[in-house]
Amino acid sequence: MQIIENQKQYDVVIVGSGAGGGMATKILANAGLKVAVVEAGPFFDPANPQQQTQLKWPYESPRRGAGTKRAFGEFDMAYGGWEIDGEPYNQIGNSKFDWFRSRMLGGRTNHWGRISLRFGPRDFKGKDRDGLGENWPIGYEDIRPYYDKVDKLIGVFGSKENLYNEPDGYFLPAPKPRLHELYYKKGAEKSGVKVIPSRLSILTKRINSDRGICFYCNQCSRSCSVYADFSAGSCLIFPAQKAGGQVDLYVNSMVREVEVNEEGKATGVLFINKEDRKEYRIKGKVVVLAASACSTARILLNSKSAQHPNGLGNSSNLVGKYLHDSTGSDRMAFVPELMNRKRYNEDGVGGMHLYSPWWLDNKKLDFPRGYHIEVWGGLGMPSYGTGFNPNDLNKYLGLKVGGYGNQLREDVKKFYGSVMGMSGRGESIAREDNYCEIDPTTVDEFGIPVLRFNYSWSDHERKQARHMHNTFEEIIENMGGVVLGNKPGADRDYGLLNPGRIIHEVGTTRMGSDPKKSVVNEFEQLHDAANVFIVDAGPFVSQADKNPTWTIMALSWRTSEFIIQELKKQNI
Amino acid sequence: MNRRDSIRSLFLGSMAGGLMLESCVSESKETLEQKLWEYQYGRTPEEQAYDEKLLGQQFFRNNEIEKIKRLANLILPPTEEKLGNLDFPPTAGGNIEEAKVPEFIEFMAKDIPSIQTQMRGGLMWLDIHTRKTYNKDFLDCSEDEQHQVLDQIAYPDPKASEQKMEVGFFTLMRNLVMTGYFTSEVGINELGYKGNQPNVWDGVPDEVLKAHGMSYDESWIPKFVDQSKRNDIAQWDEEGNLIS
Repeated sequence: MQIIENQKQYDVVIVGSGAGGGMATKILANAGLKVAVVEAGPFFDPANPQQQTQLKWPYESPRRGAGTKRAFGEFDMAYGGWEIDGEPYNQIGNSKFDWFRSRMLGGRTNHWGRISLRFGPRDFKGKDRDGLGENWPIGYEDIRPYYDKVDKLIGVFGSKENLYNEPDGYFLPAPKPRLHELYYKKGAEKSGVKVIPSRLSILTKRINSDRGICFYCNQCSRSCSVYADFSAGSCLIFPAQKAGGQVDLYVNSMVREVEVNEEGKATGVLFINKEDRKEYRIKGKVVVLAASACSTARILLNSKSAQHPNGLGNSSNLVGKYLHDSTGSDRMAFVPELMNRKRYNEDGVGGMHLYSPWWLDNKKLDFPRGYHIEVWGGLGMPSYGTGFNPNDLNKYLGLKVGGYGNQLREDVKKFYGSVMGMSGRGESIAREDNYCEIDPTTVDEFGIPVLRFNYSWSDHERKQARHMHNTFEEIIENMGGVVLGNKPGADRDYGLLNPGRIIHEVGTTRMGSDPKKSVVNEFEQLHDAANVFIVDAGPFVSQADKNPTWTIMALSWRTSEFIIQELKKQNI
Repeated sequence: MNRRDSIRSLFLGSMAGGLMLESCVSESKETLEQKLWEYQYGRTPEEQAYDEKLLGQQFFRNNEIEKIKRLANLILPPTEEKLGNLDFPPTAGGNIEEAKVPEFIEFMAKDIPSIQTQMRGGLMWLDIHTRKTYNKDFLDCSEDEQHQVLDQIAYPDPKASEQKMEVGFFTLMRNLVMTGYFTSEVGINELGYKGNQPNVWDGVPDEVLKAHGMSYDESWIPKFVDQSKRNDIAQWDEEGNLIS
C-alpha cells in the first residue's frame, strides 16, 4: 500500500482535538503557527442541527433515550463509549479496565460533567505527605497563572472559599442549589462535611460576544448549541479558526505512529483515513500528542524505529505505566419528605449546583488521599428507565409492591423526584504495575496493534471506598432519608467501580526531571525527542481527587507557550 | 410544498439508495418513510442506518402485538377523568396508544435482542396458562379472567431468591410499558415535568422552600448569580472578585 504524502509542511501536527489538543490548537494558531489537527472521529459542531441532541424529547427517538448505542444514553454527546465496534482492547489476567473513547472533534469534552477544579498545592506533592507515589516536578505556583488564564478564557462558575487545597479562581457566579441539594447540604453539614457551590465550566454570565449564556436546560452532556458550556471545538478550535489561525482539520483520521528522522526527531505522523482506508503522511516541525492518556501511549509504543527501538519516548520503559483512574463509588437514597413534590422547572445547569471538596486530614484515617462528593437527583427529564420498578419504594412505606392498573400512575408520580444519589470521586495511588501495553496478538480494523490493560486496586483505594459509604450512609440518615441497596463489603471491593469507569485515566507518560523515571519533562516534552510533546493527561504524576480537565488545559497552555519560545530560539 | 415538506423530501431523497427493505418487513414504503422522518434527533450516519434497519424489520407477529397491546392496557388502563390527587395540577392521563407504547416495545425487542426470547416465551405462557385454566386464549378471556391471570404474576415475592419465569416476564413487560408511557408526550405531561426549555433558574420557589423548611443561607446569597446582570460581560479585579 502506497503512503499518500501531504505536501504541506506544518509547524505543528496535533493529534487529538479534546481539552489538551484544543488548547494547544488555540494557543499555537494564535501565535501564527501553521497547525494540523488530526482527529480520529468526525467533524462535530454542537450548533449543527443535524448533530444536535440538545432539547430533544425522549419520544423523538424510537428507543426513548436508551443507551444501546451510546453508553450514557443516546442523547449523550460522545460518539463512542467503553466499547467501540472495530476498536477492541484486551485485559491481562483478571484485570477489568474499562476504556472510554469519544471519537469526534472535541472528544470527550462534548459530554463531560464540566467539573473544573484546580489541583491545589498539596496535590502536586503527595509523596511529601505520605511517602506514596511520586511528587510532580512542578508545584501549584508554576501552573497557577495558567489556571487563571483558563478561567478567564473559558469561564467557570464557583465561589471564593479560601480553602488552601481548593484554590479559588476567576469565577462566574454560582447558580442557587436545587431542593434535594439543600437536603444534602443539611445532612452533610450535620456530619461536618464541607459543602460549597460547584465549580463548573458553564456560563452563568456572558464572557464574550461569541458564546451564549446558560439557559438552564441541564443538558451539558449533549453539548450546548449556543456554546454556553465548555467543549473544545466550540470554545477553542472554532475561535482559533475564526481569529484567522492557520488550522487544518483532518477528521476521521486514525493516527498509527509518529515518524522520526535519523537523529530520532519526529518528522510528522502516519494516519489511516477511515473513509478510504488509505495511509497518509503529514509532516510537521513539532508533533503534539493529545490523543488521551492511553491512546497517546499506544501511538508512542507503536512508533518503533531504529532510533527508538522500544517505541518513541520509551527509553525509560515507562510509557503506559502508572496508569490510574479516579476511584469511584455511588449510593442512592430515598427521601420520603421529597415524595409528592410540587412541580416546577428544576433543570438548572448540567450538573450539581453544590458539592463537597475533600474535608478531612488523612493522618487520622486508614487510607491516603481524599475524595470529593458529587450530588444528583431532582425533577429531571424522563428517559428510558423512568417508571421501571414503579413502586419498589413502597416497601419502605409498608405498601404493596408490584401490581397493575392506574395505581401505578399514582406511584410513579408520588415518587418522582424523591430519589437522590451521591458519588465519591477520589485519588488513587499511581503504581508502576498498573499499565497498558501493546497486545501483539490483536489489531483494530485499521490494522493498528491495540492495547491490553493490567490494573488492580490496592487497599488504599478499597479503604477509601469503604469510607465513602460510611459517609454516604451517615449523611443520608441526617437528611431523613433511607439508604438504598446493601452496603458493599470486602467481596465487592467496598463498591469501588472498575478502573476506567470514572473516565479520568491519567499517568501513562508521566512527567519528571529524571529521564530514567519519567517520560516527559515539566514542559511535557519527551526526554527522548525534543520536538514531541504530550498535552493530554498522560503526563500527570498523580491525579488528585479533582477532575483532570482544567489541569490538562492549564498544562497544555503552558506547554504551548514553551513550544512557541523554543521554535523562536530554534531549539526544536 | 411548504418548507417542512420540502426538507422532508430532501431528507428522504438523500436516503433513496440506503432504504433497504428487509425481507421480513411488513411496512409499506410510505409508512417506513413516515417513521424515519419522525425520528430526527442528531444521529451519526452509522446510528441512523442502524435505526433504519430496525425500523424496517418486524419482530413480533400480529397476534403477539395484540397481546402486548392488551397487556399494556391492563397495566395502564385508559383514564377518562382527570387524575392527580396530589399537590400539583391534575392533568389528563393519556392512553397506551397515544403514548405509542406498542411501537416502542416492538422497537426495543429489536434494539435489545437479549429480551426477545423472554418476551416471546412469556407471551406464549399466557396462552398456555389460559387454555389450561379457561380453555381459551388469553385474548379471548374476559377482563375479569385476564385480571385473575395478572394477579398471579404481577406481585414478585420480595423474599424469594428467584422469581418464576412468568413473574419475571410480567416485570419486564410492566417496566417497558411504564417507561414507554412516561417517556411519551402524554406521559411526560401527566408526570408534570416542566423543563427541557430555555429559562432562567433563580432557585427553588419560595413556597416550596417554606413547605420543606429550607432556606438559602444568608452567607451564600452573595455567591449566587444576579440574573439581572447575566448579560453583562464578566470582569474581575486583581483578587478575582467579580465586578460586573
